[in-house]
Amino acid sequence: MQRRPSLLLGLCLTLASAALSAAPQIDIGKGGQCVEETSWMRKNHMNVLKHQRDEVVYKGVRDAKHSLKTCIECHASVKDDSVSARADSFCVACHAYQAVKIDCFECHANKRKSAWVSGGGQ
Amino acid sequence: MSEMDIKRRNFLKTSLGTAALSIAPGILLFDVAHGTAAVSAAVRWGMLIDTANCREGCNDCVTACNRENGLRGANSTTNAQWIRKIDIKEVSTGRQVSLPMMCQHCAHPPCVDVCPTGASFKRADGIVLVDRHRCIGCRYCMMACPYKARSFVHEAVTDQNPDVPRGKGTVESCSLCVHRIDAGLKPACAESCTNKAILFGDLNDPASEISKKIRSVASVQVRADLGLDTGVRYQGL
Amino acid sequence: MSAHPPMYFKNRLYYALLAAGGLVAMVGAYGVYMMEHHGHVITGMNNQIVWGVPHVFAIFLIVAASGVLNVASIGSVFGKTLYKARAPLASLLSIAMLAGGLTVLMLDLGRPDRVIVAATNMNLTSVFAWNVVLYSGMFSLVVLYLWTMMERRMNPYTVAAGFAVFAWRFILTTGTGLIFAFLTARQAYGSALLPPMFIVLSFAWGLAVFHLVQTVLYAWNDKQLDPLISQRKKNLLGIFVIASLYMVAMYHLTNLYFAQQKGFERFILLDGGVFPTLFWWAYVVLGNIIPLLLIYAPGLGKTRCVFAASALIVLGAFAFLYVFIIGGQAYPLAIFPGYQASSSFGDGQIAAYSPSVHEFMLGFGGLAIAFITTTVSVRVLNFMPQDKHYITD
Repeated sequence: MQRRPSLLLGLCLTLASAALSAAPQIDIGKGGQCVEETSWMRKNHMNVLKHQRDEVVYKGVRDAKHSLKTCIECHASVKDDSVSARADSFCVACHAYQAVKIDCFECHANKRKSAWVSGGGQ
Repeated sequence: MSEMDIKRRNFLKTSLGTAALSIAPGILLFDVAHGTAAVSAAVRWGMLIDTANCREGCNDCVTACNRENGLRGANSTTNAQWIRKIDIKEVSTGRQVSLPMMCQHCAHPPCVDVCPTGASFKRADGIVLVDRHRCIGCRYCMMACPYKARSFVHEAVTDQNPDVPRGKGTVESCSLCVHRIDAGLKPACAESCTNKAILFGDLNDPASEISKKIRSVASVQVRADLGLDTGVRYQGL
Repeated sequence: MSAHPPMYFKNRLYYALLAAGGLVAMVGAYGVYMMEHHGHVITGMNNQIVWGVPHVFAIFLIVAASGVLNVASIGSVFGKTLYKARAPLASLLSIAMLAGGLTVLMLDLGRPDRVIVAATNMNLTSVFAWNVVLYSGMFSLVVLYLWTMMERRMNPYTVAAGFAVFAWRFILTTGTGLIFAFLTARQAYGSALLPPMFIVLSFAWGLAVFHLVQTVLYAWNDKQLDPLISQRKKNLLGIFVIASLYMVAMYHLTNLYFAQQKGFERFILLDGGVFPTLFWWAYVVLGNIIPLLLIYAPGLGKTRCVFAASALIVLGAFAFLYVFIIGGQAYPLAIFPGYQASSSFGDGQIAAYSPSVHEFMLGFGGLAIAFITTTVSVRVLNFMPQDKHYITD
């Protein structure tokens, strides 16, 4: 996932140049101190998540810092509790910009646990 | 003490120290990165269901399961049912029994044997699960399961429990509420049963309530003839 | 070569056939798209009948793909020139049907987008995983075999390749039978008789398909099949039909003898609604008795009769697989033998199944893939059996 490092770098800089005006506006949710360096996470979050996913499924290691659930806990929007409901939601905004399809939320909840009501949807 | 000995002692000290210094952060980091300890094979989770305490018509365990796992319940033949109540009547005697049926968490699960991708697997603590990241939805496990414990997700799912991911095109079944077990809780069905018909515990721990009980009262495995060594046992069948 | 209709007429017919096949394949693709988009909820399949009409099509195609190679094996393994001349056509049909069958099987998956997972994560205890190897191996092996036959410099290797294909397809059909034989608890399956039964069925179905295609191919090229050849091949077909009927009879007879299987046999053979009808009328009568009459009855057994017999055998095969696969799942699984059961999940009840149009789209799409592959190949390469008698023409 090393492609277009300049654009990724551009994402985290707030330069108001013409080239970057199309950069996605991302709702980072609560935000704050991430478990890793932001730039590192941009490059590596998928590997970290994949590693953690096998840890959970096979070994039951759940409340680890790299779990998808804890990511969502922080990064779900404070407006609608979701990381993928709107065009500027945390996961969707960047993935749409990079044209990388994610299917995580076909199975995983896109909301933080506190926002979940059993039988609320479906 | 000769100079040689001191040198050797110092060398040992330094190298042990270095070793400790290099391992310790690893251990520390491991603890930080891995919130809870990994599951161990020392435990085997199981259930004992006392059919004498299971009322016909009572559906509390099913409702609790559906709520916990975000299932829709039994309103269509394509809906997932992780646990169901079966009413049985012995043909020759007419004796009737009502009981909950779900994944029996076999020690030798046929679903695991037949799964082409290894998505169906048995966790170290005996819980039989589906790794939905690997499941391709071939449904061979559903054909192989002697208890019809598995369901296929026939349509898109929304609003899942954040602790229970599930989605279209994959097979699923009772996970023994693995997310609750990992948090030190009982499965939802066992907790919801007001008659205490479902006893949950560690079959490997001789001191556990379930182990003591299955040692003293008669209980059977369903289709014991298949030799699958189920983790769920029934009393009064 | 005389009395050809004008070539442009045949060209037109060829393109019309191709267009028809293409259209069916497109409809199949649409069915797949719908199934992908909405999920399996739009099919007739449910949590009781987990394998439906797509599997009937897929298993027919795969079993027939293995059986059709019998023609090639008799040629290259047992050295019969009559069959050797037909080995290329048989191999082509095998590849075509295998491609069609596997496509159906793959596109029916809940997550066909993850089919690569099936190739990269193999569970060695799963017969499905073995079949991934067996099917793809078969495909490449038959391609290799064809190459040794059609490329003159490779001819010395034909016998070796023929032997490999011969062995491989036995294992392959065994693997297909084992899918069902390995099901420990289902009354309809879990019998060691199933792999050999599938092998014998594959002989009959494969040869029937071969006869159909060969007859059409001869008519297309305005040639007459030597009556002697026709006679021998028709007798072989008759023997295969009798043998397969025997295997099916033994399967049911052993079941009938076991008290715990009587309910299931009663369901399939007597009072299971559509299943006994399909079994007795479509499979036994239409798919076996009438073909046998057409083949053996005095005064019959001409090319047209054998053609009709072959078509009926294929229809019977579909009926058999429908009863075997869907009937086998429709009868309730005995979780508590000796008890009547009822629940919200179909325990103790006959499962209902009405296949949806999407399933048929997918199934016919698979047939269309086999059809297109065959039609195009027969046109661009020479698969016409070269019997010595005709070579001197």
